[in-house]
Amino acid sequence: MSRKKDEDSDELGALMNLDHSVVLQEARVFNETPVRPRHSRLLLAKILFLLYRGDTMSTAEATNLFFSITKLFQCTDMSLRQMVYLTIRELSTISEDVIMVTSSLMKDMQPNSEITYRANAMRALCKIIEPSMLPGIERFLKSAIVEKTPSIASAALVSSLHLFGEAKDVVRRWGNEVSEALGGKAVAQGSSFFGGSASQRQVASTSNIVQYHALGLLYAIRQHDRVAVLKLVQSLSGQGGRGGGWMGGGGGGGSALRSNAAQVMLVRYAVRVMENDPGLTAQLHALLEEWLKHRSDMVSLEAARAVCQLGSATGGQVAAAVGALQVFLSSPRAAVRFAAIRTLNALARTQAAAVAPCNVDMEGLITDSNRSVATFAITTLLKTGNEASVERLMKQMQGFMSEISDEFKIVVAEAVRSLCAKFPSKHGLFLGFLAGVLRDEGGFEFKRAAIEAVMDLARQGGESREAALAQLCEFIEDCEFSKLSVRVLHFLGDEGPATARPSVYIRHIYNRVVLENAVVRAAAVSALAKFGAAPRADAALQRSVRVLLTRCLDDRDDEVRDRAAWALRMTAADATRAKYVRDDSTFSLPVLERRLVEYCADAGAAARGRFSFGAVPRVSRAQEADARQRERLDAMDAVLTGSAVSAGPAAPATASAAAAAAEPATFSAAAPLYAAQLAAIPALAALGAQPLVSSARAVALTEAETEYVVRCVKHVYEHHVVFQFDVTNTIAEQVLEQVEVAMEPADDDAAAALRPVVAVPIPELRFDAPASAYVAFERVDPAVVPVAAFACTLRFVVKECDPATGAPEDGDDGFEDEYSLEPADVGAADFMEPAYLPDAAAGLWDALGADSEAVETFALASFDSIEDCLARVCELLAMSPADPAALKPRSKAAHQAVFTGKWLGRARTVARTRMTYQKGSGVTMELAVRSEDADASEAVVGAIA
Amino acid sequence: MGLSISKLFDNFFGKKEMRILMVGLDAAGKTTILYKLKLGEIVTTIPTIGFNVETVEYKKISFTVWDVGGQDKIRPLWRHYFQNTQGIIFVVDSNDRDRIGEAREELQRMLNEDELRDALLLVFANKQDLPNAMNAAEITEKLGLPSLHKNRTWYIQSTCATSGDGLYEGLEWLSNTIKSGNH
Repeated sequence: MSRKKDEDSDELGALMNLDHSVVLQEARVFNETPVRPRHSRLLLAKILFLLYRGDTMSTAEATNLFFSITKLFQCTDMSLRQMVYLTIRELSTISEDVIMVTSSLMKDMQPNSEITYRANAMRALCKIIEPSMLPGIERFLKSAIVEKTPSIASAALVSSLHLFGEAKDVVRRWGNEVSEALGGKAVAQGSSFFGGSASQRQVASTSNIVQYHALGLLYAIRQHDRVAVLKLVQSLSGQGGRGGGWMGGGGGGGSALRSNAAQVMLVRYAVRVMENDPGLTAQLHALLEEWLKHRSDMVSLEAARAVCQLGSATGGQVAAAVGALQVFLSSPRAAVRFAAIRTLNALARTQAAAVAPCNVDMEGLITDSNRSVATFAITTLLKTGNEASVERLMKQMQGFMSEISDEFKIVVAEAVRSLCAKFPSKHGLFLGFLAGVLRDEGGFEFKRAAIEAVMDLARQGGESREAALAQLCEFIEDCEFSKLSVRVLHFLGDEGPATARPSVYIRHIYNRVVLENAVVRAAAVSALAKFGAAPRADAALQRSVRVLLTRCLDDRDDEVRDRAAWALRMTAADATRAKYVRDDSTFSLPVLERRLVEYCADAGAAARGRFSFGAVPRVSRAQEADARQRERLDAMDAVLTGSAVSAGPAAPATASAAAAAAEPATFSAAAPLYAAQLAAIPALAALGAQPLVSSARAVALTEAETEYVVRCVKHVYEHHVVFQFDVTNTIAEQVLEQVEVAMEPADDDAAAALRPVVAVPIPELRFDAPASAYVAFERVDPAVVPVAAFACTLRFVVKECDPATGAPEDGDDGFEDEYSLEPADVGAADFMEPAYLPDAAAGLWDALGADSEAVETFALASFDSIEDCLARVCELLAMSPADPAALKPRSKAAHQAVFTGKWLGRARTVARTRMTYQKGSGVTMELAVRSEDADASEAVVGAIA
Repeated sequence: MGLSISKLFDNFFGKKEMRILMVGLDAAGKTTILYKLKLGEIVTTIPTIGFNVETVEYKKISFTVWDVGGQDKIRPLWRHYFQNTQGIIFVVDSNDRDRIGEAREELQRMLNEDELRDALLLVFANKQDLPNAMNAAEITEKLGLPSLHKNRTWYIQSTCATSGDGLYEGLEWLSNTIKSGNH
C-alpha cells in the first residue's frame, strides 16, 4: 500500500521536478534507429509539459530538438505521430527552419492517409507554413473544408482561420467552400430526433462544431463587408429562428444552424450589425426576440444578454429579455443560473426598475448553494430593492459573508457603498453591517472596499458621520494592513477637525503613534498636524496637539521626527497653516505624472534647471475626488461588463466623450499629449516649445454620423494660433490622401488679425485611423486678442481601397474632392487655461487688486433662468469653477459664482459673476474680472459681449 | 544491451537495417526515385520542402531512406540528417550540364563532414533516358569521384527513375557492400 503510494508520488514528483537540460539530453534518443515509439512518446510528453509549464527554450536548443523530432517521422506509430504534431506546433514559434517538416505534413494530410493523421497534420501545417507556400496546399485545404468527417472539416476551418491573419487574400477565395461547410447536412445529430437510420451516420458526432468553426471563418472573411454580414445573419436566422422549436433543425431546413455555439456567435454578429447600422435595429430586434425563445439555453441567454446591453432596446424588449432570464433563474444548472443573474446584475446598474419583476426569484437565490450566484442575487436585489426590503437583505447577507470568497465580498462592499447614497435614512444599518464585516477576517482589497464605504458614509455627513468616524477609529486599533491604517489616518485628519469633539479622534491617533510601525506613525503625525492647524481649533486644543507633536520629536524614525518638526514649525503661525495644511487644491495628477516622466526622459532637463511645478495645473480637492469617483465607477463597469457582447472600443470612447462634454471646463488632461504631438512636427515645433494653452475639449465640426468626422482643437502660442483638425475616415472602401483643411476668414477683421503661416496636411488617412491636420496662423499684433471665425472645407484626394488591407488599389490615381465643415472660430476663451486657483473668492481676489479689474453689467433678456445663463457663461469663459457646487444655483432669483483660470497659461485670473433674474426682463449679470495681466481682464469681459 | 541482442537477432535471420540519406540538387529526381522504390509506381511530385522518409525492403535489408529536398534554402539543413547515416545516395540530373559543377561542390562539401566519414557513397546518374544525358563515365569525371579520399567506398550507377532502370542495381551494391562489412 505504502509502496504504491511512493510510486505515485515519485511519478508525480518526476514530472514536477523535470529538469529542462536533462530532458533535452534525453531527447537524443530520437536520433537512434530504430525508433522506440513508446519511450519517445513519453519523452515528448515531458517536453510538452516543460513548454506548457512556461519554461523558455533558447532558439538553438529548440532547433536542435526540432530536428531530432523530425527523425521520428520514419516511424508510423499513430500515437507517436500525434505527439510529434503537437510538439511541432509548440516549437513552431521557437525553433528555426521549421519549414523542414512541410513536405512530411503535406503528405500526412493527403486524402489517402488516416483521418487522425489528416486533421492533426493540417493543424500543425498551418503553424509552420510560410504564406508564400500556401497556394501549394490550397487545393487540399479547400477539399478538406467540405469534407464530411467533422474532425477534418473542423481542422481545416480552424487552420484557415489561423492562416487568415497572414494570407487574407488566399483564404478569402475559399468563401464558397466555407459556406458549404456551414450549410452542410447534419452528420449525425438532426437525424436522431427522427430515429434516423444508422447508415446515414458516418461518424457518430453529437456536436455540429463544424458549423461553429465555419461561421467564425465566414465572418472573419466578410467582416468588413457590412452588407455581406447582414446577409449572413439574415439568411442563417430566417429559417433558424422559425424552423427551430421542436423540429430540432433536422427537418430539411437547409440553412438552419444546428450548432448552438454557432447560434450564439450569430447573436453576437447580429448585435455588431446593429451597432454599425442603427437603421436595421428594428428588424434585428425582432430576431433577438425570437432567439430569446430558442430551445437552447445558451442561445437564449446570449440573446437576453444582448438585449440588456443594447442601448437601443425599448422597455418592452428589455422586459421580454428579463422574462426569459427569470425562467433561467430557477434552472437546475448552476452555470445557467449564474449567467442569468450576472446579466440581470449588470442590467440593474442602469435600469433597476426593469429587473424588479425578478425580485421574488432572486430572493430565492440568496440561499443558493453556489455562493457566486447568491452574491450576485443579493447585490442585484440591493439595487432593485426599496427601503423596506433592504433591511431584511442586509441581515441575510451578514449570514453568509463568512462563506464567500474575498472577490465577492468586495462586490458586496461596493454594493453597500452605492446603497449608502441611495438610502440616507438607513445609514445606521449599513454602518452596522460594515462594522461587522470589518471585524471579520478578510484580505486587503476587501477591507479597503469596506473602509472606503465607511468613509463615504462619513463624508455624506448627517448623524452617522460621527459613528462612521468612530468605526474607523476602532478599525485602526486592530488593523493588520499598514496601508489601510495610513489611509484612515489621513481621512481622520481631513474630517476629524471639523467635528464637534476633535479630541476623541486625537486620542485614537496618538495611540497609533505609540503603538505602530514607522509608516503608520508618520501618517499619524501628519494627521495630528491637521488637527492642530484646523481653523476651528481653539487654543487649548492647539496646545495639546503641540505637546503631542513635541513628544514625537523623540521618535526613533527619521521620517516621523521630520514630520513632527515640520508640523510644529508650521502650526505656530496662522499664515503658514493656511498655506500648507489647509490648502484645498492639489496638482492635477495625470498631468504631473506626465510632466515628471518627460523631465526624467529628457537628459538635458536636469542641467537646465529644476522641475517647474508652475507648469502643472492645479485642481481642487473636490474635483479630484470627483475624478476618482468616476474612475472607480468606470472600473466597476469594466469588471461587470468585461466580456460584454458589444465590447466594441467605440462605445466606451463615445460615452466618455459625452461625459467630458457634460462637465464644466476644468483643465485639459490631454494637453501634454497635444504638446508631444505638436513637437513631433517640425513646422509647428518652430513656433515654440509647447503651446501656452490648448483647448480643453475638441469642438465637432461635423455631425457624429457622417462620412468624415472632424473635430477641432486650438493651440495658442506666444505669437501664433494653431488649429488642429482631428479627422476620422469612416468609409472602409476609401483611402484619403493629402487631407487638409482650407480656412477662409469670415471677414476682413479676421484676415487682418491672423496671417496664415503654414498648413500641415495628413499624407494618408485610412479607415478608422484618426489623424491630425494642422493650420497655423501668426497673430499680427500679439498684444491684441484676435476674435475671428473661419469657414472651413476639408480637401483631399479619394482613392478606392481594399477594405481588408486598407492599401489603395494599384493604378488608382484617385480624384480630388472636398467636404464642407462647420465654421471654426477663435476668441478670448481659447487664450484662457482653466485652472483651479485656491482661495479665489477672497484672498486671491484681494491680492490681485482693483487696478486690474474690469467690470461690466449685461442685460441678458434672452435667458429665462439663471441656470441656462450660467451654463452659457461657463462655456464662454472656459474657466474653472472655484466651487463646482456653485454651478447648480440654489436660488432662482440671484446667484453668484467665481471662476478661475490662467491667462495664456500663466497670468492668474479670477472672474466673479453675480446674476439676478426677474421674470420679464431676463437675467442681469455683473461680471468682474481681475487678473495679473490687465489685458486679460478686458479680454475676458469682452468674451461675453 | 537491448541493441546488441537485436543485432545478434539480425545476424541469425539475416535481416539488417540500413540508414540511407538521399540528397542532390533540386529537380534531380530524388522523390520520384524514393516512391518508385517504395510503391513501384511513378507519383506526381512537387518540390520537396523538407524531407520524405520511407522504409524499403530489398534483399532482406530494410533501407530507411531519407529523401531531403535539394532547394538552395534546404541544402544547409542536410547536415541535421548526417548522424548515423551508413550510405549516401547522391542523385544527379545527368541532363543538367549547367549545374554539374554545382552538384560537385555540394557533394565535396558534404563528404568533408566528419559525421559522414564512414558512409558509403552511391551516385545515381539519373535521367539517362533523356537524349542529351551525360553518361556515367562523364559524370564520374565531372564530380571528381576518382580523386576522393582513398578510404571512401563509392559507386556510380546510371538510372532512369521513371522506368526504374538501375535503381535496384544501386541497392544491390549497397547491400553487398554493407554485408561484406569492410568499411
